[in-house]
Amino acid sequence: MKASITLRVDGEQRSLQLDTRTTLLDALREHLGVTAAKKGCDHGQCGACTVLLDGRRVTTCLSLAVACDGATILTAEGLARDGTLHPVQQAFLDHDALQCGYCTPGQICSAVGMLEEAKAGHPSFVTTGLTGAADLSDEEIRERMSGNLCRCGAYVNIVAAVRDAISKGAMS
Amino acid sequence: MSPFDYERATDAGAAVARVSAQPHAAFLGGGTNLVDHMRLGVARPELLVDVTRLPFSKIEPLPDGGVRVGAGVRNSDLAADRTIRSRYPVLSQALLAGASGQLRNLATTGGNLLQRTRCAYFQDVTVPCNKRKPGSGCSAIEGCNRDHAVLGASEQCIAVHPSDMAVALVALDAVVIVLGRQGERRIPIGDLHRLPGDSPERDTVLEHGELITAVELPPLPVAAHSAYYKVRDRASYAFALVSVAAALQVTNGRVQEVRIAFGGLAHKPWRAARAEASLRGAAATEESYRRAAEAELADAKPLKHNAFKVPMARNTLQMLLRQLAAGGR
Repeated sequence: MKASITLRVDGEQRSLQLDTRTTLLDALREHLGVTAAKKGCDHGQCGACTVLLDGRRVTTCLSLAVACDGATILTAEGLARDGTLHPVQQAFLDHDALQCGYCTPGQICSAVGMLEEAKAGHPSFVTTGLTGAADLSDEEIRERMSGNLCRCGAYVNIVAAVRDAISKGAMS
Repeated sequence: MSPFDYERATDAGAAVARVSAQPHAAFLGGGTNLVDHMRLGVARPELLVDVTRLPFSKIEPLPDGGVRVGAGVRNSDLAADRTIRSRYPVLSQALLAGASGQLRNLATTGGNLLQRTRCAYFQDVTVPCNKRKPGSGCSAIEGCNRDHAVLGASEQCIAVHPSDMAVALVALDAVVIVLGRQGERRIPIGDLHRLPGDSPERDTVLEHGELITAVELPPLPVAAHSAYYKVRDRASYAFALVSVAAALQVTNGRVQEVRIAFGGLAHKPWRAARAEASLRGAAATEESYRRAAEAELADAKPLKHNAFKVPMARNTLQMLLRQLAAGGR
């Protein structure tokens, strides 16, 4: 069954015709050639396919593209502004927060989305009291980033990168 | 994935009529479970009616002091809601214990209730499973059943319900609002999910085509003193081995009011009525907590690989009650 949809991807309006079975991840990668979102498990368990959908981090492998008609999508490729990397991207480079790099675009989009959530005062499972604004300790960063697996095990540096991005104003 | 038609609902009544009229139609919410099942071949709908753009995304106060949560409210938004966090902390904590930030941004309240078991045999179409293919047999009974039920299981099915949110809602006596062809009906959440019995293919009492439109929380003062604790194989982002949702009010050293539900133990979120009855009016002591847990778990029937769940459930409940009595988590 065919469907026509429009997506705004990394600032560009894109129209496409696709089979209703196409996931948002496959629409990005196979139809639009936007390969920043990576296919890891394809079952919502690894986070490699994370993008920002209408400003919120989501996995794209479990969303049907047809259900996202009209959405605005930001992938790791679209985070830089005027040739300057997003603070989270720069922090990942500065802290060597990757080995093979396959999970990195998802980690970065997840971190950017996570910082927005924390800024809005969203709690996590390890937030105590649950009523205050989120103050991101390493424990908080680990919990909030737990939807992104890194099979190289670069977690220590990923936490350091996110911490550094916060200290350099990524949340403000 | 099998081919399917996709329609976006703009009217709840029309969506119900559309799905009711098509035996192989399904509602689409956040899709985090259904789309996965479609890819695995566990679900093969021929028509998807997308209900995510219906006007069910509000969290509103009710005249009786309760709260109405629209079925389309995303798990992350419900967990972050200030009223939920202060008046029903167990619900916020249960939501935050489930899945990941990315998935909570997609998953809806209605869809979370209707997610299906993560039993590995149910999700593997190459092996028998009475829930997926009635009459084919249960691969888990003689298989790897570490994650499976110790309460309320049947010869047909030993799967457990995977939701954290539903465990909290059961402890809170929430009411599920459902729209069907005959109009609206209200289902106490404890009656929504079924035990497997002889028809494990049915997770809930909903008829085909019925749509959850909202969940109502009663104005329950004890809920302000509540918490959720989840035991799992890794620190985050894993399904429960055992979980407990509890609310406790202690006055002058005695249990005045208490609500308890277990996750990870049964085919449905398990309301611990026996434990509650044992605790009401009892001294708020370790001995009372242990006796209550043991009363609830007396009928537990562990399988080859999951006997650990019985002491784990007892210990988790005791610990959570102790923490709540001491002023919360």
